[in-house]
Amino acid sequence: MLTKRIIACLDVDGGRVVKGVQFENLRDAGDPAELAKAHSASGADEIVLLDISAAHERRATLLDTVCRAARQLFIPFTVGGGIRTLEDAAAVFSAGADKISINSAALADPTVITRIAERFGSQAVVVAIDAKRSADSPHWEAFTHGGREAAGRDAVAWAQEAEDRGAGEILLTSMDRDGTGIGFDCELTRVVADSVRIPVIASGGAGGAQHFVEVFHEGHADAALAASIFHYGFSRLIDLKREIGSQGIPVRWPC
Amino acid sequence: MIAIVDYGAGNLVSVKKALDWLGQECTITSAPGDVAKASKIVLPGVGHFASTAALARSGLQHAIAAGIERETPFLGICVGMQWMFERSQESPETGGLGLLQGECERFPASVKSPHVGWNQLEVNPSSRLLRDVPSESFVYFTHSFRAPVTETTVACCEYGGRFSAAVERDHVFGVQFHPEKSGEIGLKILSNFCAL
Repeated sequence: MLTKRIIACLDVDGGRVVKGVQFENLRDAGDPAELAKAHSASGADEIVLLDISAAHERRATLLDTVCRAARQLFIPFTVGGGIRTLEDAAAVFSAGADKISINSAALADPTVITRIAERFGSQAVVVAIDAKRSADSPHWEAFTHGGREAAGRDAVAWAQEAEDRGAGEILLTSMDRDGTGIGFDCELTRVVADSVRIPVIASGGAGGAQHFVEVFHEGHADAALAASIFHYGFSRLIDLKREIGSQGIPVRWPC
Repeated sequence: MIAIVDYGAGNLVSVKKALDWLGQECTITSAPGDVAKASKIVLPGVGHFASTAALARSGLQHAIAAGIERETPFLGICVGMQWMFERSQESPETGGLGLLQGECERFPASVKSPHVGWNQLEVNPSSRLLRDVPSESFVYFTHSFRAPVTETTVACCEYGGRFSAAVERDHVFGVQFHPEKSGEIGLKILSNFCAL
């Protein structure tokens, strides 16, 4: 049976994982390559590395990080942050990424989705949407530049357009829930997941196993991503998958 | 030397990386001459079936067919496996190699497409490619079209009906999933191929 994917996200700035990370037995807890490997070993179905610095002079550092992480990673590996052109994407693929994630650049020029998909295949193109609930809810607006700028686009309509233009997956982050640990926005996830045929990855708000169960059952998500919840130790991800599985959600187990 | 055939479709770095990890000498090449002298041939493939038309244009198809004729072990991955069949509904005007009988088809409307994620194999234990790979092992798929179950099928997968996850005939092998992205099980399968 096709399982629901649990995706571990690493936020990277200047070649280091940011946010408090408390893994044991790591020589360097802030090294993205070591953490990616550790997450994979503890049962992550996929790794997403997001470069949150995106400062231009740091691109070389990012490519080096991607290269080091990819060398010993044999599960799907997505890289995002600061990818604006086909050339940017090509450099990240050459470094060893399997998929790229684009957000602001796709909203500024949606044709970039098609260009990358035509060259590398739709399966390699993840369109990330940062969505914020509007006052006239249920309605969500897409934001760019790390959530700082409103894009003036309805998040659901944008997800549909992204699919039409060749996106292979949607990475949907609820800005209202991000960092809260109170659970995913299941309503947002369901509305988007039911509006497109491509897989939707829910993000923002994970605080415990129950939240994953909810977003798979009620949110119709195909995958769910979290960062800080996995930062308490290796056993956490294994326990999480076991608990999600015990509540009737198909997960890859044993890994 | 294992030749990883590059026909301009998608990203071949992951396959090379996995073979490097297994300590195999391999090269990404678009030269028919390299394919002709390779000890093994791997044909990856992502994206659209129509992209395989480049194989015929570039002389690579001829080199691959000649290699198979000489009993060089061959492994097609994803669209590379679909190309081993006669044709695909994805691009009916583009012929496949026709080594295996049948046509690749779309998933039914009852399931989401593409089929993306980790799904399980139902393994025929006589498979050489899948030696020591137990049934119910998880591997990573990402595809919109699927190959039929035929007498060459050595592993099935279930998603809106059963389809061929792995095929095998003599020294010719194909996998619909991505062994280079399927963790330890995937590396085991690549290692089995390398050991042939």
